[in-house]
Amino acid sequence: MSTTDLESDSPAPQTSSMRGSGRRVGDSVFSYLSVGSGLLIFLTLAAVAIFLTSESMPAVIASQEFSGTSEFSLIEVTLPLVYGTVLASAIALVIAIPISIGIALFISHFAPRRLASGLGYMIDLLAAVPSVVYGLWGGIWLVPKLEPVYVFLNTYFGWIPLFAGEPTAPMRNLASASVVLAVMVLPIITAVSREVFLQTPRLQEEAALALGATRWETIRTVVLPFGRGGVVAASMLGLGRALGETMAVLMILAPGATFSLHILEVGRHNSIAANIASKQAEASGVDMSLLIFTGLVLFVLTFIINALARWIVARSGPKS
Amino acid sequence: MSSSTSVQAPPTVRSSDERRLPWYHLIFTGLAGLLVAVAVLAIFDALSVASAIMLGFGLHLLFGWGYSLLREGPRWAMDRLMTLLVIGAFAISMFPLLSLLWEVISRGLTRAIAAKPTPFSFWSEDMSGIIGGADAGGVFHAIVGTLLITLWASIISIPVGLFTAIFLVEYADQGWKRTLGRGVTFLVDVMTGIPSIVAGLFGLALFIAFMPDQSVRMGIMGAVALSLLMIPTVVRNSEEMLRLVPMDLREASYALGVPKWLTIVKVVLRTAIAGLTTGITLAIARVIGETAPLLLTVGMVTSVNWNMFDGRMATLPTFINQQYRNGNANCMNETVTNPVNQEVYACSITTNIDRAWAAAFTLIVIVMVLNIAARLVSHYFSPKLSR
Amino acid sequence: MAAPQPINVEDLNIYYGDFLAVEGVDVQIRPRSVTALIGPSGCGKSTFLRTLNRMHEVIPGAYAKGKVEINGENIYDSRVDPVNVRRRVGMVFQKANPFPTMSIRDNVLAGVKLNNRRISRSAADDLAERALKGANLWNEVKDRLDKPGMGLSGGQQQRLCIARTIAVQPEVVLMDEPCSALDPISTLAIEDLIHELKQEYTIVIVTHNMQQASRVSDRTGFFNIAGTGKPGHLIEIDDTDTIFTNPANKETEDYISGRFG
Repeated sequence: MSTTDLESDSPAPQTSSMRGSGRRVGDSVFSYLSVGSGLLIFLTLAAVAIFLTSESMPAVIASQEFSGTSEFSLIEVTLPLVYGTVLASAIALVIAIPISIGIALFISHFAPRRLASGLGYMIDLLAAVPSVVYGLWGGIWLVPKLEPVYVFLNTYFGWIPLFAGEPTAPMRNLASASVVLAVMVLPIITAVSREVFLQTPRLQEEAALALGATRWETIRTVVLPFGRGGVVAASMLGLGRALGETMAVLMILAPGATFSLHILEVGRHNSIAANIASKQAEASGVDMSLLIFTGLVLFVLTFIINALARWIVARSGPKS
Repeated sequence: MSSSTSVQAPPTVRSSDERRLPWYHLIFTGLAGLLVAVAVLAIFDALSVASAIMLGFGLHLLFGWGYSLLREGPRWAMDRLMTLLVIGAFAISMFPLLSLLWEVISRGLTRAIAAKPTPFSFWSEDMSGIIGGADAGGVFHAIVGTLLITLWASIISIPVGLFTAIFLVEYADQGWKRTLGRGVTFLVDVMTGIPSIVAGLFGLALFIAFMPDQSVRMGIMGAVALSLLMIPTVVRNSEEMLRLVPMDLREASYALGVPKWLTIVKVVLRTAIAGLTTGITLAIARVIGETAPLLLTVGMVTSVNWNMFDGRMATLPTFINQQYRNGNANCMNETVTNPVNQEVYACSITTNIDRAWAAAFTLIVIVMVLNIAARLVSHYFSPKLSR
Repeated sequence: MAAPQPINVEDLNIYYGDFLAVEGVDVQIRPRSVTALIGPSGCGKSTFLRTLNRMHEVIPGAYAKGKVEINGENIYDSRVDPVNVRRRVGMVFQKANPFPTMSIRDNVLAGVKLNNRRISRSAADDLAERALKGANLWNEVKDRLDKPGMGLSGGQQQRLCIARTIAVQPEVVLMDEPCSALDPISTLAIEDLIHELKQEYTIVIVTHNMQQASRVSDRTGFFNIAGTGKPGHLIEIDDTDTIFTNPANKETEDYISGRFG
C-alpha cells in the first residue's frame, strides 16, 4: 500500500530529461577555488624565493666578492653566523636526541598503557609553550642555575676544547642557548620517534619476549633497529627547527662573530636568525639587504635539512 | 654466586620469577643514593637541592644496577638500568616544563593580580606614559594587537589552507590535477620548514618592495608573515581530517544525485568538522606565540592601535621580548612622575621583568586555552565513524 | 507516468586507465523486475553495475565507452549530467553507509536536504514515513526518528540506506552485494523487501550468493573472466530458472555447480 502512495502522490521527475548544464555553478566555483588555492601555494613560495633573492641582490652586488672594490665581504659576514647557527643546533641535538629517545621509549614501551597518552600530552604541552617564553625563562631563570655546571665543566674538563676558555657570568654563552634549544626540539624528536617505535611489528617483539629476552633486550634487538631511520629523520626535523629558532638565541646569547669552539665563553657566537632579529630595527639599504641575504642562506640551509629528513622518512618508512 | 641463599637453592627448581626482585627495591636504592649523595656533598661543602638530586639519581642508577647484578644477573641488571634511565629521561623533560610554569605563575600571575594602580589593571591598561621604573602599565594594547593580527592571519590562512586541503583530497586524483597535487604537497612540506624569521623577512621584503617608506611597519604585514607559517599547518591538519572521512559517505551522497560541491560541503566537511576545528585551533595556537616575524613586521607601540593597515602595533610576544630587553630599571627616587599628565608612580627596579612575566603568563593562558579547547572539541564532537 | 522502458546496454566497454576491465556488454534489463548479476570475484559485475548510474566516475581513471539507454535516453550522451542520472538511478552499497552526522529522519531525507531543496515540514514528514514504510523500517524506528542513524543494527542501517535511496524516487535501484555484511535474519528482511520493491522499481543486484540470486531475481546474468589481466564478459543472461537449471553456456554451468569461483 505504501508503494502505491509513493507513486500517486509524487510529482514525477522521472519524465524529465537527464540532460543538464553538465557543469553546475557551485561545482565550477568550488573547483576553481580549490585549484586556485593549490596554485596560490605555488605562487606564495615563488614569491618568497623571488622577494628574498631580489631584496638581497643589493648586498651581493655591493660585496667585495662581486664588485671587488668594496671593503665588506659577504662571506666574512655570513660564515661566522652559519657556524654559530650550526654549532648551537648541533649541541642542542646532542643534548636532546638521547633524552628524546628515552622519553619516546618510556611512553611507547615502559609506561603503563593507561598513562601513556597522558604522558604524551605532557610532552605536547612542552611544544605548545611559545619560544619567547622559553627565551624569558632561559635568560632569567636558567642561566644563573647553569653557572656552577659551567664552572665545574671548565675546571675539570677544560682540556676538552669545547669547555675551554674563560667563562664569565652572566653565562649568556652558546651552551645556554643550546640547552634552551634542546628543550624546544625535544617534543618534536620525541613525537616522531614515539610514532616509529609504536609501529614496530608486534609479532617480532612478542617473538623476542617469548625467547626469554628482557624488555631492554627486546628494545635493543627489535625496536631500535626498526626505528633507526625514524629517529634519524626525527632528529633532522628537530635540527631544522633548531636552525631557524630565533628567540631562544636572541634572548640568551651575548653575540659575537668568531669561529671559536669555546661554547662556554660569552660573546663569541651568534646565529643567523638572532642576528637578523637584533639588527633589523636599525638596518636599511644595503644593511637590510645583507640581513635578507643571510635569511636566504638560512632558508636554503633548513630546506636542505628538511628535504634530507623527508628523504630518510620516505626511504625507511614502514612498507604497507 | 656470592650470596649463600642462592647457593643453597638448586637452580633447576628456581623459576625466573623467584629470581626477580620486587619493584620496591628501587625505593631502597633510591633512598640510599640520595643519602650518600647528601653526605658526600656535605663533606665537600657543595650541598644544594639540584646537586643532591643529580648526584642522588646517578648513585641510584649505580646502586640499583649493582644490587640487581648481584641478585638477578647481568641481563636483568641491564634491563633495570635502562628502565631507570628511560624514566629519568622523562623526568628531565618535565623539569623545564614544571619550572617554567611555576615561574610564569608565581612571578607573572602575581604581578598581574597585584597590578597598580588597581588590581588586575595589567589586562586593561596600556603602556602610554609609563616611563623608567614606574610600577604600572599593562598589556591591553598588546592583547588587542595579538588578537587582531592572529585574526587577520586566520582570515587569510583558513580559507586558503582549507581549500588547498580540499583540492588535495577531493580534486587531485587524476590527470594534471594529480601532478599539481604532488607539487602542492611538496611545497607545503617546504613551507612547514620555513624558519619563522624568514617568514618575517618575507613579510617585510614584500611590503617594502612596494612602499615608498622603507621603515613602514603595520599589522597586516605581520598577519601576512604569520599566514606563511599558518597555511601549511592548516593544510596538513585539514588534509589528514578530510582523508579520515570514509569514501563510502561520498559515494552515498553521489548516489543520491548530490553534486560534488554539495557533497564536499554537506557531507565531507560536515563529517570532519570537529577534526577541522581542532586542527585549525592548534594552528592558531601555534602562530599566536610567534615572535620573530612580528619583531620584523609590526614593531612596537605603547598604546592601542586598532588599524591593521596603518602604523605599528604591540603584541604579547614582542612585548615580552621588549620588556625583557629593557632589563632592570634605574630607581634613583622612590617615585616616577609622568611628564605629560604629572601622574606619580612608585618606582620598582624589577618592573620591566615583572611585566614580561605577567605578559608571558597571559600569553601562555591564551595558548593553553586554545590547546585545551581544541582537544575538547575533538573529544566531544567527533562523529563515531564506525559502529 | 510514462510506461517503464527497459534499460538498453549496447557494446559497453569499461576501462580503468589503459586497462580494459569489462568488454562488450550488450544487454536489455527488464523494467519492474529484479535482475541479479553473479560471477567470480574480479569479473567486473560490480564495475558494470556502477556504469548504470555513472558511479564508476568517482573512481580515479575509470571510464566507460558505449551506450546505456534509460527511458530511451543515452546516459553517456555528452549533454547528460551524471548528477541527474543518479537522481533517477539510485544505488545501495555493500556496506551500509548512513551519514554519521544525521538522525534517522535526516538520513532518509538526505537526498532532499543535501541538494538544498526546500520542502515543507509536513511534506518532509510524509516523505520520510513513506520511504521508511517502503523499506519496511517504519515500525522499528518511528519512535526514534531523531536518534542518530548509526545507532541502528547493521540490517536496519542497510534498510535505512534503501529508504534513503527510494526517497529520491528513482526509477532504478542498483544494489551492490547489499547483504554481504549482514546476518541471515537481516538478509531475509532485505530479500523480502526486494520482492516488494520490484513492483515499483527496476532492480539490479550484484551478489556473491547464488542462493540469493535464485531467491530474489527474475533474471540472472553471469559474468566471467578468462584470467587475471583479461577483461570480464557477460557470458549469458536469462530467466533465473533457466540459468540455474539449464544454462546455455558451459562456463555458467561450471560456476553454478560450484566447479570454480
